[in-house]
Amino acid sequence: MAKWSRFNIVSVILGFGFLYLPIVLLVIFSFNESKLVTVWAGFSTRWYAQLWHNQSLLDAAWVTIRVALLSATCATVLGTLAALALVRYTRFRGRVLFSGMVYAPLVMPEVITGLSLLLLFVAVGLDRGFWTITLAHITFTMCFVAVVVQSRLLSFDQSIEEAALDLGATPVRTFFAITLPVIAPAVFSGWVLAFTLSLDDLVISSFTTGPGATTLPMKIYSQVRLGVTPEINAICTILIGVVAFGVLVASIVTKRRELQRERDERAAFAAIG
Amino acid sequence: MKSLGSIRRSFAPWADPASKPFISFKNVTKKFGDFTAVDELSLNIYTREFFALLGASGCGKSTLLRMLAGFEQPTSGEIILDGQNLAGIPPYRRPVNMMFQSYALFPHMTVESNIAFGLKQDGMPKADIAERVAQMLKLVKLEKFAKRKPHQLSGGQRQRVALARSLAKRPKVLLLDEPLGALDKKLREETQFELMDLQQQLGLTFVIVTHDQEEAMTMADRIAVMSYGKVIQVATPAEIYEAPNSRFVADFIGDVNIFDGTVATAEDGRVRVETAGGVPIRMASSQKLSTGARAAVAIRPEKIRVTRQAPQHAPLNAAEGEIWDIGYLGDMTVFHIRLKDGKVVKASSLNAVRAVEDPLGYDQQVWVSFGEDAGVVLKD
Repeated sequence: MAKWSRFNIVSVILGFGFLYLPIVLLVIFSFNESKLVTVWAGFSTRWYAQLWHNQSLLDAAWVTIRVALLSATCATVLGTLAALALVRYTRFRGRVLFSGMVYAPLVMPEVITGLSLLLLFVAVGLDRGFWTITLAHITFTMCFVAVVVQSRLLSFDQSIEEAALDLGATPVRTFFAITLPVIAPAVFSGWVLAFTLSLDDLVISSFTTGPGATTLPMKIYSQVRLGVTPEINAICTILIGVVAFGVLVASIVTKRRELQRERDERAAFAAIG
Repeated sequence: MKSLGSIRRSFAPWADPASKPFISFKNVTKKFGDFTAVDELSLNIYTREFFALLGASGCGKSTLLRMLAGFEQPTSGEIILDGQNLAGIPPYRRPVNMMFQSYALFPHMTVESNIAFGLKQDGMPKADIAERVAQMLKLVKLEKFAKRKPHQLSGGQRQRVALARSLAKRPKVLLLDEPLGALDKKLREETQFELMDLQQQLGLTFVIVTHDQEEAMTMADRIAVMSYGKVIQVATPAEIYEAPNSRFVADFIGDVNIFDGTVATAEDGRVRVETAGGVPIRMASSQKLSTGARAAVAIRPEKIRVTRQAPQHAPLNAAEGEIWDIGYLGDMTVFHIRLKDGKVVKASSLNAVRAVEDPLGYDQQVWVSFGEDAGVVLKD
């Protein structure tokens, strides 16, 4: 085993410190008894209990979850279709342009995405609110789904689709009976990614929101401007928990599938030998 | 059960002008951009035939098969199957099934569901599906593995599942794309004979694509040797081997010695060729050749004798040389003999008698000779 040099230890501590110190502080202070955010006065869960009585926070959370569920689902459908088109139909006109355009939102500054969407919604006279936020979230999370699904499709053995056609399945049936089940784990990870991105988006939501549709990040941001309260710490801790849980589930699902496959393969070879 | 031989010996529908072909390729051309994969190709395949498409990679044999399955459309020409023009018919409505080189098993389905997949598409009643699946599992001896997923099987077992799946719908024609390529040599040889038995038992038409000439020779009733999108020769394995119609086929199938030369005389079914190396050859041949024309004589190594004394008919059909290399293969020995003009002739002899010390050794002066019916005269 490689020895841990002093340099390595220091760099690991610094790295993780940078990443997690603020989060750890936030989580700790969410359990603070005192109303003063920076003074520790003992352990308590009273701020969590108080959350349940803060109707505006709960409303914001509900809006956020609805937006995230709806936009992640739509983005997954669209992103998967885009990935299929990009991988399968390699010879259509303007493919390079199309793929570039699908990926552009990945690197586009959020402010620009948000502003351009706002201009669009104003131009077409769409009332801003829940639906405009959802549309905006579909737009920017779709490309993430497309990237995830595309990387899976590149290693997809297309002869299994041909085999299905050969055995009498129509192209539509082939897609639902063969293609989709095989790429399902990638589609699912794409969905989780889109869901978490939508959950914690602030910039694009702020641009595209209207009266009556405030998402949780927006609510938190506006409250923080009046001073950080322990209540905010509590809601943020919950948010961190939800996102971490989602990512954890997604990675465990993929990991377990891999492990299962390896085990099965070993068993198969053992049976021959 | 009848033995294969009793059926096969009398099976030759291609020689009977009254029999109608089951599959017909008529002037089929397939182009991918500038590349011509299949070039004005015409070919007939008959019912119950085991037909092999043989050629090096890129010769168009797989493209031909994929056009028959419906995955590619011909650029021009027609494909007729059982009297029906296949143009415009999608793969899922063709009465053919294919066994893929990669097996293409559905990874998320069990062996059972893989085999049942095609039957379900036809809307067959559940009970019938179960019965047919059980029957197919028995046929390929995989009853114990019905509930397994493809990745829980060995390569040979996967190959059997693929075979069972492609046979489950009882297609009129089974297409096999390099079906044994991924198996090791011993398993491959076993499976070749199993496939032949299966084809006879089920009475199906098989079209197989392969680059392995031994595989084609072993299994097929007829072989089409392909090169650059064209069929060079279509004939039985014996005809292909003993009477190749061109230098390409002679060279592609098995080992061969080719003597180039010019025709000296051609009469009474015999041709005399003066070879470049100065070996005068007389060969039985019905070819119409004119004096002075360029010709080549192809002779298989096992039809060349190696002796220490000059044969009686020398110098006709004989040449003196020196043993250059010896390859001992157990069942036979291969000699490379260098003639005086530097040409190396391959000769093989069966080791019919146990002899640890061969009388013929390295650097020995020997004669190579052959009979008048040993070789084939090819037009150049």
